[in-house]
Amino acid sequence: MSLSRRSFLFGLGAAGTGLAVGKTASASTGKEFTGYPDSYGVLHDISRCVGCRQCEGACNTVNDLDAPEKPFTDTSVLDTKRRTGQESFTVVNRFEPKGKRPHFAKIQCNHCQEPACASVCFVRAFKKSPEGPVVYNPDICVGCRYCMVACPFDVPAYEYDKAFSPRVRKCTMCAPRIAEGKLPGCVEACPKEALVFGKRDDLLALAKERIKKHPGRYIDHVYGEKEMGGTAWLYISDVPFEEVGMRTDLGSKSAPALTSGALGVVPMVVGLWPVFLTGMYGMTKRREKVAAQDQKVAVTAAVQEAEAKAAQELEVCRAKAKTDQEKALAKADKEREAAIAKALEEAATKEVPPETDETPHGEEA
Amino acid sequence: MNEQIMAPKKGLMTPFNIGAAIIVVAGIIITILRFTLGLGAVTNLSDYYPWGIWIGFDLMVGVALAAGGYVTSSACYLFGMKRYHAAVRPAILTGFLGYFFVVVSLIYDLGRPWRLPYPFLLGWGTTSMLFEVAFCVALYLTVLFLEFSPVALEWLGLKKARNLVHKLTILLTILGVVLSTLHQSSLGALFIPAPSKLHPLWYSEYIAVFFFVSSIVAGLSMVIFEGAISHKALHHRMGKEYLENHDDLTLGFAKAASMVLAGYFTIKWVGVAAGNHWDLLATGYGLWFLVEMFGFIALPSVLYAVGVREKKFGVIKIAAVISVLGIIVNRLNVSIICFNWYLPSADRYVPSWMEVVISLFMVTLIMLVFRFIANRMPLFDTHPDYRDNH
Repeated sequence: MSLSRRSFLFGLGAAGTGLAVGKTASASTGKEFTGYPDSYGVLHDISRCVGCRQCEGACNTVNDLDAPEKPFTDTSVLDTKRRTGQESFTVVNRFEPKGKRPHFAKIQCNHCQEPACASVCFVRAFKKSPEGPVVYNPDICVGCRYCMVACPFDVPAYEYDKAFSPRVRKCTMCAPRIAEGKLPGCVEACPKEALVFGKRDDLLALAKERIKKHPGRYIDHVYGEKEMGGTAWLYISDVPFEEVGMRTDLGSKSAPALTSGALGVVPMVVGLWPVFLTGMYGMTKRREKVAAQDQKVAVTAAVQEAEAKAAQELEVCRAKAKTDQEKALAKADKEREAAIAKALEEAATKEVPPETDETPHGEEA
Repeated sequence: MNEQIMAPKKGLMTPFNIGAAIIVVAGIIITILRFTLGLGAVTNLSDYYPWGIWIGFDLMVGVALAAGGYVTSSACYLFGMKRYHAAVRPAILTGFLGYFFVVVSLIYDLGRPWRLPYPFLLGWGTTSMLFEVAFCVALYLTVLFLEFSPVALEWLGLKKARNLVHKLTILLTILGVVLSTLHQSSLGALFIPAPSKLHPLWYSEYIAVFFFVSSIVAGLSMVIFEGAISHKALHHRMGKEYLENHDDLTLGFAKAASMVLAGYFTIKWVGVAAGNHWDLLATGYGLWFLVEMFGFIALPSVLYAVGVREKKFGVIKIAAVISVLGIIVNRLNVSIICFNWYLPSADRYVPSWMEVVISLFMVTLIMLVFRFIANRMPLFDTHPDYRDNH
């Protein structure tokens, strides 16, 4: 294998200008995406870094960033731990692992194979380009800053002090320079060859070869090979990665893979929830209808029963009335007959004398 | 209208009004600062904490506490609890105002708020949980507006339009439940792509389910809580049906809340077991997790149950307040307190006083608009023309 000093199998001009038309990483399909073939990356050998901050200076120049308070030659900056910011796309931090010389580690955007920032952006302002860099389009960014929440490496920064055109700011892997066939600013500036630019696959092989060639020197792990689904930037180190401020608990699942389960539930909810709810509504309606019907039946039955009872009672009353009437009539008849008989009798006894008394008077008159 | 007869005899200078006026004036000043000088001038947001209380409280808590709308309307129209009918209108209004001011808060928080329609016009970023949240909230705000519109249409005397919307009730209710299920859960799912940043006791593959289930608790508790406040402040506006069913509704919702809280308590432990994070319970964050679990989930569940059994409305009200606080605690835990939990305290986020004032400003505006509507429109009462029509 032939190696140039900082660029590993770097085909000039091969990157082309297709950066803007890259596809977004797959998210909800569940298909495994292992990265674009022939995409570029950078290998950072932490054991070689001396903390000179020349990469930071080059990055600042290349990206036209504001000059910091202290110049890049001032290493007192290393006394405090820093992160990337809106005017510093890359920073080097100093670590003092127990019983070892000070170590330095550079941080910048790792340009994930399946970037969290790109998968969570609801306007697709981030794109993983086939060449490797994860590029940001400020022209459609709404400024929700979900990319910053999702980034497992705490890389993107925001221009909070701009009222009208705030942007997310982060390392571009010098995508415009790659398109011109140049090296990324930081790689070009590194005096210790702690940074090597090249095709990611080749860098991975190189990293493994270095680990193999120097048994006992390196930790047997290429950081970025699998972390969060893999990153374009790869790291090897002679001290454990957590001792140089890197997270070793990220797992190998990419952000889109993590989200795919929850996203997959959405169409199921949309499809089945209305069925269930309409069913509930139908059951409620039916219950009300049945209740109403039952009520109606019960009312009718009660009415009928009441009517029948009333009719029966009426009948009884009528019958009773009839017998009473008959009895009364019979009694009345009897009484009347008795009265008549009595009257006749009385009449019979009284009739005779007046007739004898009065007739002669009349006849006389 | 006969304001003198309808409104209680109080001057404008009530303590509430004075407090509200101060907050509104301060809110307007900070609003001007926010939109002329940028987010950095009024907030403590940082690159580590891109989301502060305008997202953690105004959006996360706001959406959860506005769940009363879908909970009450589905209980009444879909699950056959017709006797809760009188509570649907105030719950829908609270929901609508809640969501409306969530969107207003979002306008404060977004870097370039005038691009809010971009996700639907340009981006179509369907791989983002936030896209789903935005899509559902936009649709649900429309649904809530339509669900609430009969109240305004009755007030305005537009019978035809009112009866047309009224016919859509069931459709809108079903749509409301579907959309609420999706975005309530998606708010939790926002954190699924970032397992390394949220404390393992709060991060779970089930976080979307946790958010949905706890939104039911929030909805039920808010209806009870608001009912109690409205009962005092707006009693003169309440119709016979509302007043007659108020106690019944409180008992019914308290019973439901007790059971849902018990279920929520159970599945939260399932989350701990699934991640096998039992060892973390012995840490400081573990203690805080136990406070949330027992103080804000188990305790109100028990209090609700006791309140229902003993018919003690005071206990139920306390349980409602604790439940609502529990939702606030949970949403702030997930989005702020237990987010980036590993950072040194110098890098942690504490809201600026101006962020707090804007959040209070939003809450105050909700209360003022609610009062304005409740004092004018048939909210706690049915319009006399439509009494038998529901």
